[in-house]
Amino acid sequence: MAKATTNIPEGVELRISSSPHVRSGQSTSKAMWTVAAAIAPTAALGVYFFGVYQLAVIATCVAFALLAEATAKAMRKQKPTLLDGSAALTGLLLALVLPPNVSLVFAALGSVFGIVVGKEIFGGLGYNIFNPALVGRAFLQAAFPSAMTTWTMPDLTPDAMTSATPLALSKFGDQAAKAGIDFGAMFFGNIGGCIGETSALAIIVGGVALVALGVVNWRIPVSIILGVVVFGGLFNLIDPATYPNPIFHLLGGGLLFGAFFMASDWVTSPLTASALWIYGLAIALLVVVIRLFGGLPEGVMYAILIMNAVAPMLNRFTRPKLFGEAKKA
Amino acid sequence: MKKQAPLGSVFTDGLWKNNPVMKQVLAMCPVLAVTVSAENGIAMGLATTFVLVSASTIVSLVRSWIPSQVRIASYILVIATFVTIVDYVMKAQFLEMSKALGPFIPLIIVNCLILGRQEAFASKNPPHRAILDALGMGVGLTMTLFVLGGIREILGSRELLGTQVLPDAFEPWIVMILPAGAFLTLGFMFAVANAVEKRKEDLAREEVYRKHYRPDTLEPAAQKEA
Repeated sequence: MAKATTNIPEGVELRISSSPHVRSGQSTSKAMWTVAAAIAPTAALGVYFFGVYQLAVIATCVAFALLAEATAKAMRKQKPTLLDGSAALTGLLLALVLPPNVSLVFAALGSVFGIVVGKEIFGGLGYNIFNPALVGRAFLQAAFPSAMTTWTMPDLTPDAMTSATPLALSKFGDQAAKAGIDFGAMFFGNIGGCIGETSALAIIVGGVALVALGVVNWRIPVSIILGVVVFGGLFNLIDPATYPNPIFHLLGGGLLFGAFFMASDWVTSPLTASALWIYGLAIALLVVVIRLFGGLPEGVMYAILIMNAVAPMLNRFTRPKLFGEAKKA
Repeated sequence: MKKQAPLGSVFTDGLWKNNPVMKQVLAMCPVLAVTVSAENGIAMGLATTFVLVSASTIVSLVRSWIPSQVRIASYILVIATFVTIVDYVMKAQFLEMSKALGPFIPLIIVNCLILGRQEAFASKNPPHRAILDALGMGVGLTMTLFVLGGIREILGSRELLGTQVLPDAFEPWIVMILPAGAFLTLGFMFAVANAVEKRKEDLAREEVYRKHYRPDTLEPAAQKEA
């Protein structure tokens, strides 16, 4: 038998490892903290507009999200995953979609429900069907409908008072109220609304940074925003007196926050490019339909949750064809 | 001939091992719809139990005369008779409760739990066994409805059987008295029941393992036996 020959010179060390051979240095915790950092300006503006109390809301949500995650992991005898930042991020996201000055008890309850029912019951991070933060918010909305729709106006005025959000004005108010809606204030965030959703400016800064870093797939926010402009614009063209213009749809409520930070959740959004487009456009259509014809003034949360449920089906329908695969007759 | 299960287990089967709601997942329609309060749950459970016991008795008595081609229609006829009785009695004596339960009393006729017991048990067993089985299933159903209704009532309106049990500081969870609350609560009850079963299985498996491989870790009394 011939002796095996090799071209490897003497003294060269060969390292053998299994794939993947190219590593990006990206990790779950790094991605989570990047998102948290991108949300920071939004949170800061929320605290600035609505008062220091909102810091307590954020702290409560994050603390109870971590607590719920640790407890669930311990009960299921799994490795603790507190440091990957996903639970903390869920808490932060939930806090920012709660109304200002919400009771801390509700905040804690929503956090625990979101983590336990929204995530851990399904098997933890990566297995959840629905965005945990939105599950927590949906639960709070169903459990405490009045507390969840009490909007405190920004604290810049000496006396904080409650008031309707621009969306509610547009839906339930008269012509005078509609005419009084100030797009400038909506852009900077000096309006009634959830803690983190009022300032379009801060959300766009953080969101664009995420897209530029590649943390968030650009197709999700782009398709949602495009869809809302198109669908909202169509209705606006049909009857401008009844249906608000698309800019209003964009700046109002949680649309931008949802598009950049909620719908873009890696676990609950679809995978393929075409599925992402369908996902985003469908969210936009649902948002416009719920806002204009539904019983509630805002529908971003439900639109995203519904499309979360559809995401696996979209993946299946848009599975890329293998190279050389024959078309079915 | 197959050895018959002892009478006691015919009754206790329905309480936990074959609980109609928790294990067979039957009767979901009344379970989810009427359990806004513990009282509704008990009333629904008792009404169903009455129909179940009566129908099982009759079906068991006439079981050898029912041609198998028309057995389902015959069962339904027997069940419908007793449901009509329950419906009229409730309207005459407990009007409020009758209104609260609404169409779900007449719907007992098509409750698959009752039809299921006729087909699976009453039509194959003598009356005393059929009655015991029906009672066990009925009590199991009533208990489950009570627990489900109780949890929903406590969290959704701070009360249990009409008495306030949680302080005013507790904000009632509106979701619990909505249909979604029924699904959530039932899901958690399933989870707890499954966890209990799994724990039992694990313990039993451990017991077998110890008996065969580690008799020294058994209690002294059991050690002698082994």
